[in-house]
Order: sequence, then structure tokens, then C-alpha cells
Amino acid sequence: MASVDVASLFPLGERVDPDRLKHKFSRNIRERVIEFILFLAAFVSVATTLGIVFILAWESVVFFRHVPLATFLTDTMWTPLFSEPRYGVLPLLSGTITTSAVALLVAIPMGTVIAIYLSEFAPFTVREVAKPILELLGGVPTIIYGYFALLFVTPLLQTIWPDLPGFNMLSAGLVMGIMIIPYVSSVAEDAMRAVPMALREGSYAMGGTRFRTATRVVMPAAMSGIAAAYILGISRAVGETMVVAVAAGMQPNFTFDPSEPAATITAYIVQVALGDLPHGSIGYQTIFAAGLTLFLMTLFFNVLGHFLKRRYREAY
Amino acid sequence: MAAIASDRDPHETKLRALRRLIASQKRWDLVFACIGVACLMVGVLTLVALFVDMAIDGVPRLNADFFSSFPSRRAENAGILSAVVGSTLVMLVTAVVAVPLGVGAGVYLEEYAPRNWMTDVIEINVTNLAGVPSIVYGLLALGLFVYQFGFGQSILTAGLTLALLILPIVIVATREAIRAIPIGIREGSYAMGATKWQTTAYHILPYSTSGILTGVIIGLARAIGETAPIITIGALTFIAFLPPSPVKAEAPFISFEWLTSPFTVMPIQMFNWTSRPEAAFQANAAAAGLVLVVMTLAMNALAIYIRYRLRKSIKW
Repeated sequence: MASVDVASLFPLGERVDPDRLKHKFSRNIRERVIEFILFLAAFVSVATTLGIVFILAWESVVFFRHVPLATFLTDTMWTPLFSEPRYGVLPLLSGTITTSAVALLVAIPMGTVIAIYLSEFAPFTVREVAKPILELLGGVPTIIYGYFALLFVTPLLQTIWPDLPGFNMLSAGLVMGIMIIPYVSSVAEDAMRAVPMALREGSYAMGGTRFRTATRVVMPAAMSGIAAAYILGISRAVGETMVVAVAAGMQPNFTFDPSEPAATITAYIVQVALGDLPHGSIGYQTIFAAGLTLFLMTLFFNVLGHFLKRRYREAY
Repeated sequence: MAAIASDRDPHETKLRALRRLIASQKRWDLVFACIGVACLMVGVLTLVALFVDMAIDGVPRLNADFFSSFPSRRAENAGILSAVVGSTLVMLVTAVVAVPLGVGAGVYLEEYAPRNWMTDVIEINVTNLAGVPSIVYGLLALGLFVYQFGFGQSILTAGLTLALLILPIVIVATREAIRAIPIGIREGSYAMGATKWQTTAYHILPYSTSGILTGVIIGLARAIGETAPIITIGALTFIAFLPPSPVKAEAPFISFEWLTSPFTVMPIQMFNWTSRPEAAFQANAAAAGLVLVVMTLAMNALAIYIRYRLRKSIKW
């Protein structure tokens, strides 16, 4: 080991240049300021959440002072803009649940199959082509899907089923289902690819085929991640707005029959926003109460989904 | 003679049974692979059907007049000039707000954030915000920007709303791009006496530019197609004028008057035309939708291409 005389490297040796110290001081200040600015940028996301909660709660409190919570949750009519207003959220919930159920009946099976196929079966080139296409499918603006549901899928369904009304939850749900396939399949595929290779190799070594390995080994191992994919899909479907607003009609209708027109929570907000309601009126406050209901529903699903997603990350 | 003997051979019978079992199991592999491809095809066909359907209805309307006319009560005179200008200006505001905030937040979380509860809160927040339905952002904007801050139904309000909406996308993309940079780069920079900010500004940010760019483009592609939050803030749909020009003939030559101007954007214009019963207006909707979908698909394709190039070219 050659020892280096450190002092000889710095001719100024013991003498500490005061300017240099001052320079270092200003440098530290600058670093702190920049760090603080970056922290503020990161804090904007927290502020956004606080803002959402505050605004929704603030306007809803006024609304719930006017309409008791029990009426809101149990009344079966939603007619806040009529001369005799009724404020029961159930018709909006039934619309939301029905369209989401139709969408999930499409998205969950297809999303799962696509995820299994891409993760366990597809050759490299197919995956390289299929994944960007799925991404494009998720990137199409929702208003385009709304147009597609109203003016392509509904007429198509009417040729098979002539009694189907022009606005119906079925076509909105079907199109919404195809729209959320990419969300479901990408999360589910990530979960399946996180399953260690050794598990698959064990199955193959025992003579398992691809299909058996996928369904009996990989899927059970990735179950929490796949469940997270489904739950995030539910959250997507519940919060989707334009497809249902365009294709399912905007009349609140307490029914679970997908062949009928109905309004979802989101469609109601759109309908009110299209009109010209004065700021501070009870009608104006209803959309915040509806929004709060929607926010709490999606928050529940998102938290559950992230919790499940985190579990599969920790498993291996 | 030998064949008859082998028929009675118990080993041979077992072997045959086994072969049959393997064959039937392998058939399942094939069947499932076919189902997987079929499901992918449904996605692809939807994309194609959507595109072709809009092209058939919309292409006849796509001429120079369509791009240079204002909306009109007469379908054949209507155009998308104000919507294109509105979308461009709103995107400008969105990008100017979302890029510094998103990149700053991403840098903070990856490079600066201490491990404490505040960082956990910010991280959980970002994941949660990504799942909040877009219409809830619209309600936030309605309550906060339009009424509390008094920005009105302006380009500024819309731009800020969409910026908050795509913030999680930009933050996540930034973090992923930064995380891919090996620690050795940072250590090299620190060893040369660089401060944290110098390391970030001269190494981390330049090396993660394409990754960040991908996220920004995907975010903007999402923002340009968002309809629900813009409707919720109460944006007008009939705008037959342009916002004031940002460039003035007299000093100081730049004006920000356009920020407070009422506006319309592409998806709103399309929604407006879609919700009219006349076929002529629906043809306009198809044409506007075609322009919109080409814009978003081009942006998404660009992002996918940049990411592909990035994966090929960078070898740390």
C-alpha cells in the first residue's frame, strides 16, 4: 500500500479559505431549497386527495342536512330535479351495479384467459405484438367507446333482439367490458409472471402440460394478484362515465335488467353538469353526494386491490 | 403374431392408456391456446370495428372546411376548429403543470425522500389517486377551481384538472425510469464531489428523459381524450369563437388572456354531436371521433415506440 501524503495534494494545507466555506454554506442552502421544492411537488398528490375529500364532504354535509342519510340509502326514487324531489340513491346504484356486472362478465373471463395465454402460452413474438395492441385498446378515449356502444353495438344487438331499446345497459356494459380487459389482463399477467420459474419447472418435471401447469400451479400461486386485477377492474367499471352516459341513457331506473335504460352514479353527475344548476342549490349538492358515494366505493375497491397486490409481491 | 402378444402385454396396455391420457391433455393445451388467441382477436377486432365504423361514417366529412369551421346549428357547416384549438391550449396548460410537478415528485420519492411516515403517505396517495374515477376530479375542479378560486369554466381550470388527473401517470413513469439507473452512476457523481442536486440534474434526469417522456406522452394522450371531468366543470359545448391570441402586436407581445377564456375540446364536441338524434350530426361525431382516436393512438404508439427503442438501446 503506497501511502499518499494528503497535505502535499493540497498546497494550502492548514489554511482554510473562508470564501470556500461561505461557498459551501450557500451550496447547502441551495440544496435544502431544492429538496423542499421537490417535496412540495410530491405533496401536491396528498393535497389533491385532501382537496377531493374536503370538497366532497363539504358539499355533502349541506346535502345531508337537507336529506337524512336513511332516506338517501333506502328511498327507491331518484328525482332531485323534479318539483317533488326524491333523494334515494338506490336507482343510481342499481344502474351502476348492473352495467358493472355486465362489463365484468366480459372482462374477467377474457382478461384472465388473455393473461394466462400471454404469460404461459404465447411465443415471444406474439407477446411483443399483443401487449402494445392491448395497451392501445386501453388508450382509446372513453367517449369513442360510448359512440361505438350507442351507434354500432346497440344496432347490432337490435338485429338479434329487436325489442332492445336504443339506450340500454347491455351494450354499454359489453363495450365497457372490452374496454377494461387490458386493465384486468395486465395486472393478472404481472402476477402470474411473478410466480417463480421453479414452481413451473416442478410441474413440468412431473409431466404436467402447459394447461395443467397454468391452472393448477401458476394460477393458485398468483391468486392474490389475480384477485387484485379483478378488484381493480371492478373499480374501473364503477367509475366509468362516458360509455354509460352516452349509451345507457340518463334516466334513473331502479332495475337490474340489463336490457333497460338506466342511469349510473357517474351518468347522473354528467346529466346535472350538462344542465345549468345554480351554485349552492340542492340539485348542485346532489352531485357531490353522488360523487362521495362513488369515491367511497372506488376507494374501498382500490385499497382492497392494492392490499392484495402487495401480498403477491411479498410471497416470493 | 407379435402384435397379438403385445395386446395382451399389460405394460403395453398401460402405455397406450398413458399415451391417450397425454394426447388428451395436450389437446387441452391446444384448445386453450386457441381460446387465448380468440380472446385476443376479440380485442383486436373491436379496435378494427371501432375504427372502420367511424371511418365509414366520418371520412366523407373530413375535409379542409371541417377543420377550419366553428360548430354550427347546421350539421354540414359545422367544424372542429374551436375544439382543436381548445384541446391544444388545454394540453399546453396540462403539460406545463403536470410535467414539472410529476417529475419533481418522482425525483423526490426516488432520490430524496427519507424513510418515514410522510413518504409512506405520499406513496400510498399516488397509487390511490391513479384509481380515482376521472369524474371525481371534475367534482374537485368544480368545487375548488371554479367556485373557490374563481377561475370559472376556463382553459386554466380544465388544464389544471387534467394535470392533476395525469400526475400519478407522470410520477410512476418518472420513478420507474429513475429506478432503472444503476447506483454506480450516482456513486461516481458523488465521488467527484457533486451534490445531490448536481447528480440529479446532470446525471439522473438526462438518463431518464426517454422514460419520463413515455409517461408524459401516455398521460397527455389520456388527458386529451378525457370527457367526464371537463363536462363536470360545466364547460360550454357551443363555442363559435377562438380564445384571445397569446401573441400581441404591441408590447409585451405575450398575453395570458386566453387562460381565462371559455373553450371547448375535441371529446366535448364529439359528445355533443353524439347526443343529437340527427344522422348528419352523428356523422360529424364520427369524423371528430376519428380525428381524436388517430391523435390518441398516434401518441400512444409514439410512447410505445420510444419505450421499445429505449429497451433496445440502453445497456448499463
